[in-house]
Amino acid sequence: MSKVTTQPGNDGEEIDYLELDQIIEKEFDGEKENLIMILQAIQRRYNYLPKATLLYASEKLDIPYSKIYEVGTFYSTFSLEPRGRNIVSICLGTACHVRGGERVREQLEKTLEIKDGETTEDKRYTLESVRCIGCCSLGPVIKINEDMHGRIAPDQIDTVLHQYE
Amino acid sequence: MTIQSVTDLEQIKEEYRLKLNLPETIKVNVGMASCGIAAGARASFDAAKHEFSNDTGIDICQTGCIGYCEVEPLVEILSRTKPRMMYKNVTKDNIVDIINDYRHNAFNNKKTRKHILGQVKDPRSLLENDMDNPQENIDPVEGIPFLEETPFFKGQVKIALRNCGYINPDSIEEYFGKQGYTAFLTALKTNKPQDIITTIKESGLRGRGGGGFPTGIKWATCAKFSGERYIICNADEGDPGAYMDRSILEGDPHSVIEGMLIAGLAIGSSQGFMYVRNEYPLAVKRLVTAIKQATAYGLLGDNIAGSTFSFKIKISTGAGAFVCGESTALMASLEGKVGRPRAKYVHTVEKGFRDQPSNLNNVETYANVPAILLKGGGWYAGFGTDNSKGTKAFSLVGKVKNTGLIEVPMGISLREIVFNMGQGVPGKKKFKAIQTGGPSGGCIPESLMDTPVDYQQLARVGSIMGSGGMIVMDQDTCLVDVARYFLDFLKEESCGQCNPCREGIKQSLDILTAICEGKGKEGDIELLEELGSMIEKFSLCGLGTSAPNPVLTTIKYFREEYESHIIDKKCKAGVCKNLFFYEIDENACTGCTVCAKKCPQNAITGEKKEPHLLEQDKCIKCGICYDACKFNAIVIK
Ligand SMILES: Cc1cc2nc3c(=O)[nH]c(=O)nc-3n(C[C@H](O)[C@H](O)[C@H](O)COP(=O)(O)O)c2cc1C
Ligand code: SF4
Ligand code: FES
Repeated sequence: MSKVTTQPGNDGEEIDYLELDQIIEKEFDGEKENLIMILQAIQRRYNYLPKATLLYASEKLDIPYSKIYEVGTFYSTFSLEPRGRNIVSICLGTACHVRGGERVREQLEKTLEIKDGETTEDKRYTLESVRCIGCCSLGPVIKINEDMHGRIAPDQIDTVLHQYE
Repeated sequence: MTIQSVTDLEQIKEEYRLKLNLPETIKVNVGMASCGIAAGARASFDAAKHEFSNDTGIDICQTGCIGYCEVEPLVEILSRTKPRMMYKNVTKDNIVDIINDYRHNAFNNKKTRKHILGQVKDPRSLLENDMDNPQENIDPVEGIPFLEETPFFKGQVKIALRNCGYINPDSIEEYFGKQGYTAFLTALKTNKPQDIITTIKESGLRGRGGGGFPTGIKWATCAKFSGERYIICNADEGDPGAYMDRSILEGDPHSVIEGMLIAGLAIGSSQGFMYVRNEYPLAVKRLVTAIKQATAYGLLGDNIAGSTFSFKIKISTGAGAFVCGESTALMASLEGKVGRPRAKYVHTVEKGFRDQPSNLNNVETYANVPAILLKGGGWYAGFGTDNSKGTKAFSLVGKVKNTGLIEVPMGISLREIVFNMGQGVPGKKKFKAIQTGGPSGGCIPESLMDTPVDYQQLARVGSIMGSGGMIVMDQDTCLVDVARYFLDFLKEESCGQCNPCREGIKQSLDILTAICEGKGKEGDIELLEELGSMIEKFSLCGLGTSAPNPVLTTIKYFREEYESHIIDKKCKAGVCKNLFFYEIDENACTGCTVCAKKCPQNAITGEKKEPHLLEQDKCIKCGICYDACKFNAIVIK
């Protein structure tokens, strides 16, 4: 593959390349095998995977961009689009499903006026469904950023969401 | 300090055994696995820490998942002179009172008495039963049941979960205090690799990740192939509704590390990998700490305990793909690639990760290994049935009163698990089915609840043992919807390379969705069966070949539910929105107004103390009123 020269992503995100070097070379030894963890680190930093970072990683790791794109789209935790300030994860695992997780999702979609995987216009919330967070005994469960909210009922959604600016 | 021998261990072991069982101070163990923290354990812990920060008589400690998740946060309090007490629902608001009452022997104070679950009769794990019971000389408190005799704990036999809830997962010394690393060091000094494998074979241990392949045979085969061999731990725990592996990693990470070390010794490998699910950040954190501690003691690294054996462990995290739990996909993912399974003409024990011989086992499988080595293969094989030896951990969840994590001897009946340990379905609802084996498993009806937990017996009724998820379903669960749910899950998770799996699941899902929406046609059931047998026969990996199980078992045992959806256009469980409506039963309604207040559509009206009325046009069937009514006056029609 011909080398891609690094250029700012077309999504206007400002990229700190020195920091990217730090992630790729220092934290993960510039190892191809660490690609998934490198992308996770980038996503932790930018909240999504800006195109420019992927192009840069491609060059640094000597992995074709197409392969990186493949990984970025195969795994469900990666997002190629900017996400909201707060990530609302609704658990749709089996235990939560039989305890009414679906109704909680409907209520979330209704309140936020977005569908699974989308971000509100004001970038305040992104709604994502996950399949089990391992707190099944507390189902139905939603997770907002790092906070777990167990035994959640549709009529509590409003109050819970409001805690997150 | 590095540890060179079992003798080096002895000293630390004794010291921590005492600290764990007969501490100088009052020791408060707060269950702080993810489930506990989600229930508020962190706040309880902080509140206690704050209150007793200057009190040298009280030591606030963390521990892993105690198992009885239904009543978390759970806290155990012990001292050298008093019984060990287990408390339930310990929040930041009552933890201080609970500790003070324990301190002052005020076990009958009503306010805190209601939080007591029971007193511990014997805190020894099965690996310690040749030692004295530390509770022996402590008189129990009268009138408080023994924890081991309460329904949830009675009948459990903990081997894989032996230390969960007893030790601080961030302390390797406490793991030493529970016989930790003794099995490995003994094996390192005295056993030939072949002996280890023989012991594992004798134990009859089968893989706990779902496949159930005999572990000893897998190890022996892998050891035969030359090359740089790898030991891999599958901590991807993809079955939605199962969290045994998470609890082991968060509660007792060293048991898994020790199991991997022993595998490395037996198979001849110096490099281990752990592939942990992205959704388990706390497990990763605790593993990182554990690996650092083991390295500091010289139990991981080069020339362990002065021997020629070296072993290191690297942690990799997944990124949210169920199929990456499959062995070949997992190894591809470890290499940083997309996780698509490959055909296994050549098995991974011969050519796996980096095309080298690789031994993959599940978390729980590894956690059992040190116990087996310490107590002997015959000891482990003494539990369980003819073809399913030992014990198995399950997460008992869904519509069951006592949810939580249990470990039981193989051979116990499903009925005992659900109705004794789980205490049946909450409320006045009726039990309908239990789902085992996750998306690859099946739904087992009431009439087959006497089936024992055993690989063959579960397969005979159309399900599988799986990795240990047990989801209880009641009358409010629609089994057509459950089948649809699993296919929806599998449609998302299929890697897409086989037509039968990718297209077959999608087509089956379309049919099921139509049935749930009231557009089912006669012949749909037969079509689903036909599609199912095609997907099963012609898919490459286990995801595809087992994908039809949830559909086929629900058709087999709950055909009438399918028929009432297709022919009568009715969903009696009140799940499929187009196929039912809510109505208020005039005779049952007391006019308490709760439903009217809660309905987001203002669809319910009525005077206080008069039967209410539900306007169908406004109702969106959100079910809030149905859940809120204490008098079962909202009925499904
Ligand atoms: C689609 C699919 C998903 C799987 N997911 C897991 C998993 O999450 N955890 C696991 O231990 N095994 C999983 N397995 C089973 C593994 O392929 C493998 O059999 C197992 O990890 C081997 O370890 P064991 O012999 O100790 O069970 C999965 C298999 C398939 C086909
Ligand atoms: S059966 Fe399904 S998941 Fe498995 S390899 Fe084929 S397409 Fe992929
Ligand atoms: S099913 Fe929701 S947390 Fe497990």
